[in-house]
Amino acid sequence: MGHDHHDHGTGHHHHDHDHDHDHEHSELSETALRVRALESLLVEKGYVDPAALDELIETYETRVGPRNGARVVAKAWADPSYLDWLRQDATAAIADLGFIGRQGEHMVALENTPDTHNMVVCTLCSCYPWPVLGLPPVWYKSPPYRSRAVANPRGVLEEFGVYLPETVSVRVWDSTAEVRYLVIPQRPAGTDGWSEEQLSTLVTRNSMIGTGLALDPARVKS
Amino acid sequence: MNGPQDLGGQHGFGPIEHDGEPEPVFHHGWEKRAFAMTLAMGFLGQWNIDKSRHARESLPPAKYLASSYYQVWTEGLIRLMLDAGLVVPGEVHIGHKEVTPRDLHREPVRAHEVAAILSKGGPACREIADAPKFAIGERVTAIRMNPVHHTRLPRYLRGCPGEIVLHHGGHVFPDTNAHGKGENPQHLYTVRFAARDVWGELANPRDFVHADLWESYLAAA
Repeated sequence: MGHDHHDHGTGHHHHDHDHDHDHEHSELSETALRVRALESLLVEKGYVDPAALDELIETYETRVGPRNGARVVAKAWADPSYLDWLRQDATAAIADLGFIGRQGEHMVALENTPDTHNMVVCTLCSCYPWPVLGLPPVWYKSPPYRSRAVANPRGVLEEFGVYLPETVSVRVWDSTAEVRYLVIPQRPAGTDGWSEEQLSTLVTRNSMIGTGLALDPARVKS
Repeated sequence: MNGPQDLGGQHGFGPIEHDGEPEPVFHHGWEKRAFAMTLAMGFLGQWNIDKSRHARESLPPAKYLASSYYQVWTEGLIRLMLDAGLVVPGEVHIGHKEVTPRDLHREPVRAHEVAAILSKGGPACREIADAPKFAIGERVTAIRMNPVHHTRLPRYLRGCPGEIVLHHGGHVFPDTNAHGKGENPQHLYTVRFAARDVWGELANPRDFVHADLWESYLAAA
């Protein structure tokens, strides 16, 4: 229990769980104890090195995340030849920016246009393009999204505050194999002459999953 | 298998709890350790990604659905280690060694090796001699099947007509790879299904759902 408590201190508490805190806490503590026992056992058996675990955690907490994908999108917006490369061979084009490896071995880029909106899900587990987006958010891995993204994508989009006209074609991509999808959201109007670095500030994680749009530059500036 | 993981099209799970961005990568200290242990144990090569997924989806449905994602990962990892003879149940319970560890003839993965292993990843593409059976633009049907083994053809697509839109070459076949029966690579395709062909008349006629499907999941339409 102490271990879990100790590691908690980064203000992650889900606000809407607070009313249920005692119940949640005792349940999670049981899990925390089980995980801690497992780590002790695996270290004692010589199967894992705790320093390697720390390195794995640090990698995905600090070095790999959606800012990587935002750089890909911003470059695709700013550089038509790069966008072409993404269309032809997204794995190579993304690797060119240094984003390679686990859960990004076979990449496909999906371009949103005024007529088509793409949205990515994994109904069977939690497949997600780690090198460009990092680890998936909790909702992406949870039954409400996984069950409804394929059957009622417009309803799901509304839950995320995205309202698309009936005339837009919604295309859902269920990641059932080792192919990983990155949505290239539409470039917002009013960004002529912006640098790639400026553009990347408009690219949210959700816009690259397809549950959001790129940010409105007017709102970002204010 | 028609397990609890196959969620596409199910009802009743309630609203999506999204907190906006950015969200912490982990929500509890134990999640970090469970995540990292799952990866580090996977690096030892005693199982593959398909076997890992099968271990998770083989949890009893009620337990799977009542567990958080990293709880599912933890229980899946324990199952993999038990099956591989790396641990025994009593050890997992008390957190101490009771039997001599199986000699894997290698050291655990060290911190300095992590970056290179992650960069290398685990590509699933394989050279295969057979020509692809289907061409881009061709109409196909996802077969009807209900195997008790691992599969990546979701229930909601079985029996539905679609169209080949991408061809990815040969990819490791999960249905056998999950069970130690070999990689048996097959051609992998992205298939586009009209939402109405999958969900019925109430779906928007402009909407589509796509899935990445292996050749033996498909029949010529």
